[in-house]
Amino acid sequence: MKLARFQRPDVWNWSALDRLTDLRDDINRLFDGSFDGGTSDVFNTWAPALDLYEDKDNLVLTAELPGLKKDDIDISLRDNVITISGERKNEKKYEDSETSRSERFFGRFTRSLALPKTVDANKVKAAYKDGILTVTLPKAEEAKPRQIAIKD
Amino acid sequence: MNSTVATTQENRPTRENRGEERQRGWVQPQVNIVEVKDGYLLEAEMPGVSKEGLEVLLENNEITIIGRRSPLLDGSQPVYRESYDRDYRRSFELDPSIDTGKITARMENGVLFLELPKAEKVKPRKISVE
Repeated sequence: MKLARFQRPDVWNWSALDRLTDLRDDINRLFDGSFDGGTSDVFNTWAPALDLYEDKDNLVLTAELPGLKKDDIDISLRDNVITISGERKNEKKYEDSETSRSERFFGRFTRSLALPKTVDANKVKAAYKDGILTVTLPKAEEAKPRQIAIKD
Repeated sequence: MNSTVATTQENRPTRENRGEERQRGWVQPQVNIVEVKDGYLLEAEMPGVSKEGLEVLLENNEITIIGRRSPLLDGSQPVYRESYDRDYRRSFELDPSIDTGKITARMENGVLFLELPKAEKVKPRKISVE
């Protein structure tokens, strides 16, 4: 299975991006209060990289989420589709400062992934360490390989 | 503007560190850099890097940040993967106003915070004539 993801090129033309950021702020200002949300998020979303691993008993999903707080991450599981969402807040406000590089993304994100095996929703565990979210999803009994004994 | 902004071209490993471990190359962390009144602040996103995996090297007027990812999971097979299986590395040229002896670094949830204070300005002095 291949999962296409928006990949940023390694080299940016940063002066161009600064202008884009200014433009984004202008557009956000324009829409603030004019519509009931949503619209101003167009330039303001980002998508964390997801990896999925499998061993005998579990599917393990990891998401690269540097700089978040545990409480700002939501995980839900429905019809064997896992959704990770949340918000990275930029709490560092510096006075009298001049930005010379702005490559980090802040704001809301949502990613969903259809799991290739049925998992037991009641036994899902999640941990957040060093900016990586790890969700362990035990496979449902029916999804595990089973040895069938032949009688006679 | 002359500041830590100038990123040296260091996408590829240099000849001397092209060891076996480095064969895979590096990935550049995304950074924010702001200049405040008494210095510069740099934030670099390095998910998967703990305090132990972080290395900050200072050479002449260049600072290099290296982040080594902790191995993720043993014994399980990747079903698919979007993250880069590479360590992080990026170099920056330092502004001459920075006091290199006072640079501090800390890791917080996969983000490196570097504080690069400016040197105290030399106060005007009166030279006595003998």
